[in-house]
Amino acid sequence: MTAPAPSSAQPSVALRQKLAGLGRRRRDAADGGADRGILSGHDRRKRGVRVSMAGVHVVLFVGLVVAGLGPLLWLAKAAVTPTQDTLSHPFELWPNGIDWANLETAWNDIHIDQYFLNTIWVAAGSWFFQLLIATTAGYALSVLRPKYAPILNGLVLATLFVPAVVLLVPLYLTVLHPPVIDTSLLNTYWAVWLPAAANAFNILLVKRFFDGLPREVFEAARTDGAGPFRVFWSIVLPMSKPILGVVSVFAVIAAWKDFLWPLLVLPDPAVQPLSVRLPAVQSQTELDVFLAALAISTLIPIVLFLVFQRLFLSGAGLGGAVKG
Amino acid sequence: MSTTAIDQTDAPAEAGAGHPSPEAAARTPSRRRRRTPLTWLRGGGLWNLAFLAPMLIVFGVFSWWPIARSVVMSFQKTNLISDPVWVGLDNFARVLADPNLGTAVVNTLYFAGLALVFGFPLPIIMAVLMSEVRRGKGLYSALAYLPVVVPPVVAVLLWKVFYNASPDGVFNTILGWVGIPPQPWLQSPATAMPSLVIEATWAAAGGSIIIYLAALIAVPPELYDAAEVDGAGIWRKIWHVTLPQLRGILFIMLILQVIGTAQVFLEPYLFTGGGPNNATLTVLLLIYRYAFQNSLGGAYGEATALSLMLAVFLGLLSWLYFKLTDRWSTN
Repeated sequence: MTAPAPSSAQPSVALRQKLAGLGRRRRDAADGGADRGILSGHDRRKRGVRVSMAGVHVVLFVGLVVAGLGPLLWLAKAAVTPTQDTLSHPFELWPNGIDWANLETAWNDIHIDQYFLNTIWVAAGSWFFQLLIATTAGYALSVLRPKYAPILNGLVLATLFVPAVVLLVPLYLTVLHPPVIDTSLLNTYWAVWLPAAANAFNILLVKRFFDGLPREVFEAARTDGAGPFRVFWSIVLPMSKPILGVVSVFAVIAAWKDFLWPLLVLPDPAVQPLSVRLPAVQSQTELDVFLAALAISTLIPIVLFLVFQRLFLSGAGLGGAVKG
Repeated sequence: MSTTAIDQTDAPAEAGAGHPSPEAAARTPSRRRRRTPLTWLRGGGLWNLAFLAPMLIVFGVFSWWPIARSVVMSFQKTNLISDPVWVGLDNFARVLADPNLGTAVVNTLYFAGLALVFGFPLPIIMAVLMSEVRRGKGLYSALAYLPVVVPPVVAVLLWKVFYNASPDGVFNTILGWVGIPPQPWLQSPATAMPSLVIEATWAAAGGSIIIYLAALIAVPPELYDAAEVDGAGIWRKIWHVTLPQLRGILFIMLILQVIGTAQVFLEPYLFTGGGPNNATLTVLLLIYRYAFQNSLGGAYGEATALSLMLAVFLGLLSWLYFKLTDRWSTN
């Protein structure tokens, strides 16, 4: 990081000069230096603006803590509170003591542990197959580029325009009676993993990233005798860690969130993930234990988010950039 | 384009040759443009296929084939026991005659409309405010994104507890602090749908905020400088620089939100199951009922027919939308 360059944003400077400095300015902004938004330095010195910005801070902070953190804090509290207290005094902090046993009951008696493992299994497989498909297809379509690549590319992109609802029933019937193999995929994780891997958005992201990699490196490797697989494995993949991180986050989150599809193809409770199991056990579970189960189920995604915050947020922003 | 033309003229010759003969391989140097299976192999054709195979299999079986099949199935009667029978437009006629369809369409429009009113402007305002603060931007982004990280099923089940209609319910207690009488939330047909929308907005706003924040960073600061040269104040900078610069992403987010909310399932299914009195029955819930909650066995034909109608409607809507916004953009 170079030292931040001072902003020369004075209203008196002519527009022409500013446009001339555009390239330089962009670089400064990238270095974390002279970025500015709607408000100029001049604006920020005005009294009214300063008071309003203080107000904005208060509104943002209070609003976001209440809306973003509030429900989770309440859930954490309610997870260790007896049912009666939660029902009659939802905002009092443990009027009748803390009930740690809720967590244990949820973990052991509702078998949250087992559904947790199922969820991890669902997410891990979806992650693996999504990465496998996205990288191999992205490599073939972007780097190897056979003559028919544009047609395939078009066919993949076309699926982006088909709303998910169209797939629901025919995909379910395909899982019941898959072609070639003569056995139903129902109640197997293949039924979740493979449809998740048919994700055009991933291929689009990865292909775009591969398109931006320098071709000279591939050429150099080929002259040194590296075959297509070696170029893929030892050059393209190591250069693509950022995008693989983004696709990984998308894949794991989507698998963790999915409800309708696992509900349909995993009717056997023994293999169901948390998202499917939680609504099913609700009616036979006492509220405090149920809230403890909800809290446990939320913990892993929250911890993952806090650890990989930058990756999550840049990934979400990137999603928008691709949509735009 | 010219290379494709050559391919086409070559194709019959190739098909006639069948197996690659040694003579054919020997002839290739003299007819350089001719492609035989052997030259294809040498050019890395097998590698191409090897890398494409996983995608071709997975997309073929789990994407392209089901999409094609949905069109076929909507004209068939399928019950998984006997062979499918062609029934022409019967499925469509039966769906259109279903008295629940009107309710579902109206409810879905209501949900989408409310979600637009609540959920579309809020993230834009939040993102603009957040992009202007100097300190705490990271903290604010993280806080705003937290609800997106909560698994949607957990969020709905948790909000179901919040919506407890007794005076001691979580939201009713809060309302009590400011002197508003307890609300029935999910229990009354009038308040059920708005309750669903509030939760859906809470769950989705963070994602949109992050996307808008990324778009706001990309607005060239020179434009603001130039606007100031022309004497623009803060509001005029927002109106004449910020919003026009965000126009592309705003248009996209709007249509994506409409497409998403038109297929809402999780909230009505888990909160209310379509009730009370079908007040939250949405189109997707109706499709689900046709296919998977039918005591007479899955009405797969009707379900795919309705899915297809929804998809075609959304396709037409997007097409019209892009036509219109295109015209606005050029003006």
